[in-house]
Amino acid sequence: MENVKTQNTVMPHAPTLSGAEIVWATLGGEGVSTVFGYPGGAILPIYDALRKFPIHHVLVRHEQSAAHMADGYARASGEVGVCMATSGPGATNLVTGLATAMLDSIPLVAITGQVASKVLGSDAFQEVDITGITLPITKHNFLVTRAEDIATTVREAFQIARSGRPGPVLVDITKDAQQATAVFDFAMAKPRAYRPHPMLNVVSGDKNRALELITTSRKPIIFAGHGIIQSGAEQEVLAFAERHGIPVATTLLGLGAFPASHPLALGMMGMHGESWVNHAIQNADLLLAFGMRFDDRVTGNLAHYAPNAKKIHIEIDPSEINKNVKVDVALIGDLKQVLTSIEAATEVAKLDRTVTAAWREEIRSLKGGASVRDIINLPDNGHLYAAHVIHDIWQEAKAAGRLADTVIATDVGQHQMWEAQYFRHEDTRSLVTSGGLGTMGFALPAAIGAKMACPDKDVWVIVGDGGFQMTAAELSTIQQEKLHINIAIINNGFLGMVRQWQEAFYDKNYSNSPILSPNFVKLADAHGIPGTHVRERKDVVPTVTRARTGSETYLIDFVVEKEDGVYPMIAPGSALHEMVRRPTKDPLLETSEDQ
Amino acid sequence: MLHTFIALVDNKPGVLTRVASLFRRLNINIVSLTVGETEREDVSRMTIVCDAPENAAFRVRASLYKLETTRNVDEVGRSEAVVRELCLIKVSAGPNAPHGLQSRTQVFELSQVFRARVVDLAPDSVMLEMTGSASKIEGLIQVLRESGYEILEVSRTGRMAMRRGAHSNKVMKALGSKAHQTVFDGNEDPDALDPMDSLPNQFAEHET
Repeated sequence: MENVKTQNTVMPHAPTLSGAEIVWATLGGEGVSTVFGYPGGAILPIYDALRKFPIHHVLVRHEQSAAHMADGYARASGEVGVCMATSGPGATNLVTGLATAMLDSIPLVAITGQVASKVLGSDAFQEVDITGITLPITKHNFLVTRAEDIATTVREAFQIARSGRPGPVLVDITKDAQQATAVFDFAMAKPRAYRPHPMLNVVSGDKNRALELITTSRKPIIFAGHGIIQSGAEQEVLAFAERHGIPVATTLLGLGAFPASHPLALGMMGMHGESWVNHAIQNADLLLAFGMRFDDRVTGNLAHYAPNAKKIHIEIDPSEINKNVKVDVALIGDLKQVLTSIEAATEVAKLDRTVTAAWREEIRSLKGGASVRDIINLPDNGHLYAAHVIHDIWQEAKAAGRLADTVIATDVGQHQMWEAQYFRHEDTRSLVTSGGLGTMGFALPAAIGAKMACPDKDVWVIVGDGGFQMTAAELSTIQQEKLHINIAIINNGFLGMVRQWQEAFYDKNYSNSPILSPNFVKLADAHGIPGTHVRERKDVVPTVTRARTGSETYLIDFVVEKEDGVYPMIAPGSALHEMVRRPTKDPLLETSEDQ
Repeated sequence: MLHTFIALVDNKPGVLTRVASLFRRLNINIVSLTVGETEREDVSRMTIVCDAPENAAFRVRASLYKLETTRNVDEVGRSEAVVRELCLIKVSAGPNAPHGLQSRTQVFELSQVFRARVVDLAPDSVMLEMTGSASKIEGLIQVLRESGYEILEVSRTGRMAMRRGAHSNKVMKALGSKAHQTVFDGNEDPDALDPMDSLPNQFAEHET
């Protein structure tokens, strides 16, 4: 939406390039090695110029997947992901992927071709107002109509995408701007200086108040959110939690930010969080929210949320403060910097970890054997349960010593929650999942992006039978790129989460939730990808090992129990402690009172 | 309650959409919005009046700042700022109006009292121009209506605001500003936020 005027003076020996060449030269200058995209009329000059530059372009099968791949690439590596599409339908196909990245604050740059500037607004062939369409789902977007503005704009897009709270940025470049020539000088095309959000401010008074709350608290909990990973503050959070002896609960996107096997790690909180985590939150007297935004899936009913707790919110986006939950102290800034400055102000000698010992013991007693109870309680009747599959994938990777080198990409639905519950993430950036937008079809393309970012890691796709069919065409992309990705389809013949909600809230009226699937193994075979069906528990680990240790992509169709549910579950409108547990002979509505 | 924000934004195409779209996304109704040039060529100035809960101001400011095109945001209360609006009013007055030619004389008198100017005189109508606070403008319209005049057209610019210059605490107090303590004097805490940046402590009931 923004026409940029470049006024920088240029070095006399700087080369004159076409706008299309400037795009690639600028991407190269920003350190981009891989781009995901799909060509088309209005972006042809850019694709023509590609051969002159050492950048690998991955041809996708649908532009939505290009955005998801760039997203997966960014999540796995921490770098800015780049995707590309032509005008009109190419650009609109990016929309879901951009919204996914926006909701999860993923740094992404999308470059779209646009019709020539002289026909802008005339409904020309394949013209669409993509800057208008993506306005609310990008951090910022640009329309570029002159070749001399391309370098500065693309550089500014990278700066905006990766700074502050990251997010996707779209650059729409008209075809005539790609074709025209301009003098290119990367260094001179420096964007204007980064402007931090002016309301970033940690007041010393607030810091002291936070310290006071922390030291006087007897029942504190740390909430580990996505911001820890974005800020690279994993070590600071670990040190902070250990120094103060504070247990750590994680959000879905925070999984991996704090090692799951750590004695202070509780696990995931929220709608499908473990019961002891949610009970602990309801009983806590202090919540330390680190880079998270109190999403409705995390809080349950706000009126009854953590009623006894003071709240300290450390967050880089001031507009998140007091948005859903009123906090007592807000420290607005980069988590790593804020934590470092808090720790610098802490007098270690005065710290007394023993004051929270009783609280840690209380949580441990809530925990009991519950972490494995669900799996153990599943009847061993020859049927396969998704929880078994995910648990075994985790165990297999752990036994092989590959846990630190495993990235899991999950789709959206039941399997996503089971993965979050049963796969214990020890390492940062080991989980790639669409949290905020909940985009089905995300897993397979995101895994491709993650694998291209981390070729030496084992990348698993854990996906439902419904979500897999949304982007299954990317199997072809996998073969084209000769990637080794392990695909685990949790196949229950249903859109499982929809079915579970219909079971719980719509009198088991399974309206359009049973879904017919092709023979996934044959589908993989048609792409030249080997695979197998697994129906029994005993076959899980051997097949998983076969997939992981092979040299090519392997697809496993896990035929699991059809009408299984994700538990515990907090019904919409219920408070965190009002969890519905796995129905047994005597269905039990568990509250903190009866623990 | 009504909030008045002054936003300095880049003078570029599409910036207005970004600001307007933000209010739409936050589901806040804009009461008035004026945009115009400033003393700097590359900056436009917006005065946005919106109807939002008291505690929404912090979030609106924070969200406005999140727009890459925003340079500065200020929220002003009536006491710290001069708030003005321009209004054109066309009333039916003339030989054929109910009170005949006398009606014009009355309009002239009224306009003098309200310090409005007569800017056009047609056989059947008079156009008045008035600058002032919104309440003053509404007062004139009200009086015209109650005096039996038919108001043919009203065009209002919406409010424009500018923070008053650096006054001493005494003056600010005299103007009724609550912000006088923190606007100028040497504060104890150099890091302290402007009062309008401090966190709201009232919250709407959350729906269950």
